[in-house]
Amino acid sequence: MQEMIKSKLAELLSTGAVTKVIGWKRGENFYDVSPAAFESVESLADFVYDDFCGANLSKFLVKEPGKESKVAVVLKPCDTFSLNQLIKENRVNRENIFVLGVPCEGKLSEEKMRVMGIVGLTGCKVEGDKVTVETLYGTETLDKNDVLLTKCATCHSKKHVIFDELIGETGEDSDVDRFVGVAELEAMSEDERYEFWRNELSRCIRCNACRNACPACTCEKCVFDNDASGVAAKSNANSFEENMFHIIRAYHVAGRCTDCGECSRVCPQHIPLHLLNRKFIKDINTFYGDFQAGADAESEHPLVHFTENDPEPSIVKEGK
Amino acid sequence: MKLVKDLSALYEAIAAVQELYLPVENKGRVDFKLYEAGANVDIKTLKTVRSAKDFFFTQTETLMGFKVEGKNIEVEDLRPEVRPFVAFGVRGCDARSFEVLDKVFLVDPVDTVYEARRKAGTVVTLACGRPEETCFCTNFGITPEAPAGDVTTWLTEEGLYWQANTDKGEALTAAIAAVFTEGDGKAVEEQKKAISDIIAKLPLANLDMTHLEGVKEETFWGHPVWKDISETCLACGTCTYVCPTCQCYDVRDFDCGNGIERFRCWDSCMYSDFTRMAHGNNRNTQDQRCRQRYLHKLVYFPRRNEGMFGCVGCGRCVAKCPSKLNIVKVIKALGGK
Ligand code: SF4
Ligand code: SF4
Ligand code: SF4
Ligand code: SF4
Repeated sequence: MQEMIKSKLAELLSTGAVTKVIGWKRGENFYDVSPAAFESVESLADFVYDDFCGANLSKFLVKEPGKESKVAVVLKPCDTFSLNQLIKENRVNRENIFVLGVPCEGKLSEEKMRVMGIVGLTGCKVEGDKVTVETLYGTETLDKNDVLLTKCATCHSKKHVIFDELIGETGEDSDVDRFVGVAELEAMSEDERYEFWRNELSRCIRCNACRNACPACTCEKCVFDNDASGVAAKSNANSFEENMFHIIRAYHVAGRCTDCGECSRVCPQHIPLHLLNRKFIKDINTFYGDFQAGADAESEHPLVHFTENDPEPSIVKEGK
Repeated sequence: MKLVKDLSALYEAIAAVQELYLPVENKGRVDFKLYEAGANVDIKTLKTVRSAKDFFFTQTETLMGFKVEGKNIEVEDLRPEVRPFVAFGVRGCDARSFEVLDKVFLVDPVDTVYEARRKAGTVVTLACGRPEETCFCTNFGITPEAPAGDVTTWLTEEGLYWQANTDKGEALTAAIAAVFTEGDGKAVEEQKKAISDIIAKLPLANLDMTHLEGVKEETFWGHPVWKDISETCLACGTCTYVCPTCQCYDVRDFDCGNGIERFRCWDSCMYSDFTRMAHGNNRNTQDQRCRQRYLHKLVYFPRRNEGMFGCVGCGRCVAKCPSKLNIVKVIKALGGK
């Protein structure tokens, strides 16, 4: 698979069809896979596509629109939803992007291994639904499901919704119920839910990884970085600020979040940010009919598009 | 050698004489927290997410206030009251980071808030029973098998071995004398040996850093690695916020309606407004910002501090960068590897 992708990318670079490739690069060890730019066929020697290519590369295209050159990007199925959404919002220039779709069977998380107490990671082999991990302290065999990235464990689709060429086959929408976690939160009392989020958000170090990795967060100047906004902040001074950053962000991406799961993947404190966004997704589905952001690059955004069938705000408020 | 068999009794004893901070687990993440009975103390997990620098250089703090009435400005001292405290379970890398921070905050003009906390804190370090593949402290002369600190401890099957190293450490030991028994210390020697054996196998334990010795400030300015990493650096700041030695802060005024509060908070050289001045900013692109972060640690800081690097090899940036960019990659790239 990796070699097929590489040879396609080499062809694109050598024919001059693109001048840059955005892909993944092998680093120090098995899980050390960085998003990277490749500008020559030789540089592709380090290109990798494996079980640790979790990063969503569509975010890196946001840097490119002012530039005239063509760039190729390697996207997994979930990542293609993000690109569509960026196209819809005019944040990228579709004409300059060559999308190479690649299949995905779920990516792994070395952080989950660490939380399970498996540390000193030195090697890893995936065979079917088992993962064998070599460590400085011995060998462990794990169920793949237990070390999938959270976003992959509840993957909503293995279908590429936009591509110029595919390596391998595209898949189908998945029938995994991704709203189980939201339903658990809904079942809590208001106080319990407040406590749940306070505990989670109390760990936030305001590192901005969630915001900066998010393909829906593409404002040129975030309100939290803008001195003129009155809410600019580099740190959370108190619990109010901890909450506000996340509430504002969740509202701002509501209806635009494709559920790519990057926020939760990158959070160093394992805060389940995707649950906030999924609550909005679930509510939008309930109130306005099933809607998947990024499924196409044209459809109307349900929260900014009025139809006569829209529910009345009072009904929404009561949660009906 | 002093030995504690009952860790809860130790925590209770320390907490009875001073504020005790120690690693506490919350949903799989471990950070230093104020001890309270029933806390989910976790001293087996090697590294806290946040570093231990928070003890002395906190993420936000209010420094002073101003009240304006007519033509008068009244200045208020709003520096926090600092009480004696014990930082328990600090690893060798974080303990060294305090020495790095001292070079910044304790030189003239001395940072009085930092100094007050430094004086008030007793650092109890814990040997690293299970070093991880991200650790590379040994490149900086740190000894994870016997970390420096006011007190050094080793967690063994027998219990926690305890060795006071400084006056502060002796004072704490005397104040909680009732919790100790005597052990033969054999387990400590065994553990030191076991740690050294693991260290020998760590993939990053022996980095070649000779190319960084005695170089001029501008030596690596035009190096291609800055553009390479900036291509996929998200400019998030995670690397700087988890780093024990990152020391930059911003000072701002907050209008409370009835006055002004001047506070400081951590800043990150990865941010677009870092060191912005009235005329604009002297670093406008992410490759310049990445260059600042790494050369500050690897070249500028050592040039001003008798060769002491501004990195302690804790490996947090290695484990936490969402794009898997980190100082090890930079060290290797600068050396041509
Ligand atoms: S990534 Fe996590 S710790 Fe960082 S700002 Fe977001 S929620 Fe907070
Ligand atoms: S953590 Fe990584 S992506 Fe974020 S600013 Fe640091 S180097 Fe860039
Ligand atoms: S630069 Fe990275 S490894 Fe070095 S002290 Fe900072 S976080 Fe630790
Ligand atoms: S870097 Fe060294 S001192 Fe720090 S946790 Fe790892 S082994 Fe211990």
